[in-house]
Amino acid sequence: MELFINQVLAGVATGAIYACMALAVVMIYQAIDHLNFAQGEMAMFSTFVAWQLMQWGVPYWWAFLLTLAFSFAGGIAIERALFKPLAKAPVLTNVAGFIALFAIVNSVAGLTWDFTIKQFPTPFGSSPFLGSQLISTHQAGMIGVTVGLLILLYLFFQFTRIGLAMRAAASLPESARLVGINTSWMIALGWGMASAIGAIAGILIAPVVFLEPNMMGGVLIYGFAAAVLGGLTSPLGAVVGGFLVGVFENLAGTYIPGVGNELKLPIALALIITVLVLKPAGLFGRPIVKRV
Amino acid sequence: MSAIEETANEAPAVEAVPKRAMTLGTGASLVMLALLIIGPMFVKNFIVFQLTMLLIYALAVLALNILTGGSGQFSLGQSAFYAVGAYTSAILMEHMGVNYALTLPVAGLICFGFGFLFGQPALRLSGIYLALATFALAVAMPQLLKLGVFEHWTGGVQGLVVTKPDAPFGLPISQDRWLYYFTLAVAIGIYIASVNLLKSRSGRAFMAIRDNEIAASAMGVDVALYKTLAFGVSAGITGVAGGLGAIAVQFVAPDGYTITLAISLFLGMVVGGVGWLPGSIVGSAFIIFVPNIAEGISKGLSGAVFGVLLFLVIFLVPHGARQVAIVAQHMLGKFRKG
Repeated sequence: MELFINQVLAGVATGAIYACMALAVVMIYQAIDHLNFAQGEMAMFSTFVAWQLMQWGVPYWWAFLLTLAFSFAGGIAIERALFKPLAKAPVLTNVAGFIALFAIVNSVAGLTWDFTIKQFPTPFGSSPFLGSQLISTHQAGMIGVTVGLLILLYLFFQFTRIGLAMRAAASLPESARLVGINTSWMIALGWGMASAIGAIAGILIAPVVFLEPNMMGGVLIYGFAAAVLGGLTSPLGAVVGGFLVGVFENLAGTYIPGVGNELKLPIALALIITVLVLKPAGLFGRPIVKRV
Repeated sequence: MSAIEETANEAPAVEAVPKRAMTLGTGASLVMLALLIIGPMFVKNFIVFQLTMLLIYALAVLALNILTGGSGQFSLGQSAFYAVGAYTSAILMEHMGVNYALTLPVAGLICFGFGFLFGQPALRLSGIYLALATFALAVAMPQLLKLGVFEHWTGGVQGLVVTKPDAPFGLPISQDRWLYYFTLAVAIGIYIASVNLLKSRSGRAFMAIRDNEIAASAMGVDVALYKTLAFGVSAGITGVAGGLGAIAVQFVAPDGYTITLAISLFLGMVVGGVGWLPGSIVGSAFIIFVPNIAEGISKGLSGAVFGVLLFLVIFLVPHGARQVAIVAQHMLGKFRKG
């Protein structure tokens, strides 16, 4: 029993990483109806910016804020320059665009900061949390930040004018335009926010997985799994999905014989496929009904 | 939030391509064929090898084109089928001593079955969800190939070494050149079969599903059957390409079939023009040669150069090589008249 509880706790701790990433994935899916395959790379790039600022002697929280501002502006700039012209293009073209973006960001980061692994500081410290050997204060801080972020997003989308406008633009663009919402800029805003959330995820993850240009590869796939499990249309679902995927991954590794580290990835993928087949809308998502 | 999405606002997953626009005319086909036959006689063995790979990837892109351009379904998981084909050929040749040419139909059949089965759950998915599920398959495949259980057959992480076949009947040409012509023969056979498939009743069913699934089923097309069939055919052809690839490279290993390969094939299709079968060879050339060119321009930034080139293609010629071909045809027409 103790083993079980320990494994669940450890799962929740890693789950927080996936939850952050899934949140960013869902944010952008809400805004533009596409999965951004370059999301992880954008987050990685933001994390490198934060690292560079700290190397230049900027204090942690200032670096954090500056990075958020940079990522927000960067997300909007990418949307305006590259993806706005593709808005009416087939999904296929968009996916190719995301892949191109992925290659560019990864390569530029690799050239600027090279491929050696770098330490990334944490503001929460890494001592054991409340005497538990499994969760460090950093991981507890990560869970706290993720949940806090979720609450902020909820408040933003429920109670602010601009949040409501963004929702309207995403669900019924035509009608939203008629009531005077600038839908095109709402999409840009969605990119900016998703990029900033990705930056937060990157900064939180970096102390755990270490900083290098390929750090997001595995995390993004788990983030997708989490987002699909929770439902691509629900931020709450993304976070819950993230924790569930983390716990599931750990329990499967412990209790199913033959599932070692090498099979953890296929497990996440099997989870994606199972969820997609059994309940395509995810746990919290709303099913999409098409009018013919 | 309304739960109803207006279909009218939605960008189509794949643009409709009329059947006649999917192939080349007779004249152009013959010129292309002559080039492919005569070209390799005058170049070095290494270039012949590259041309062989060009044909092999063209086959794999063609397979994806049948799936996406034909039936409107996505796949980012073609590398998985390619890997299964490659391993089937390698295992048959090395463990059972089967002749290399005979391993290809087996690889094709096994992949057809695999693709058909994978098509069953994929039936319930469309658009981006299908892309995600196939993406998952492609990422999982190298891990599965490394599994200890199959190690006796697959060679685990080490992979398998495949012997390169000699030219038969004592023909006085090098192994590379023989393999090139062998691949060319297979590729031409599959190309003709694919063109005919798309012209047939089944091909029309694919395209009806692509353009409007509900209308297709109302006309009596068995949507589930034809969608899985498209997956099976596509996987089968990819499997043959994989088998040829294993023979040409003389080596199979799990890390040769990562998601990068699947993404390359996908890009090849986009660059060649979705739904335009002859574009497959242009797309294949893009994924084989452009990374080299990018590396030549800047070593450290090769990824970025590749990405920028891809964006240029998307923005300047969104329909890929098909668009270029159409423009060229118009110019030629004007030239003749003038």
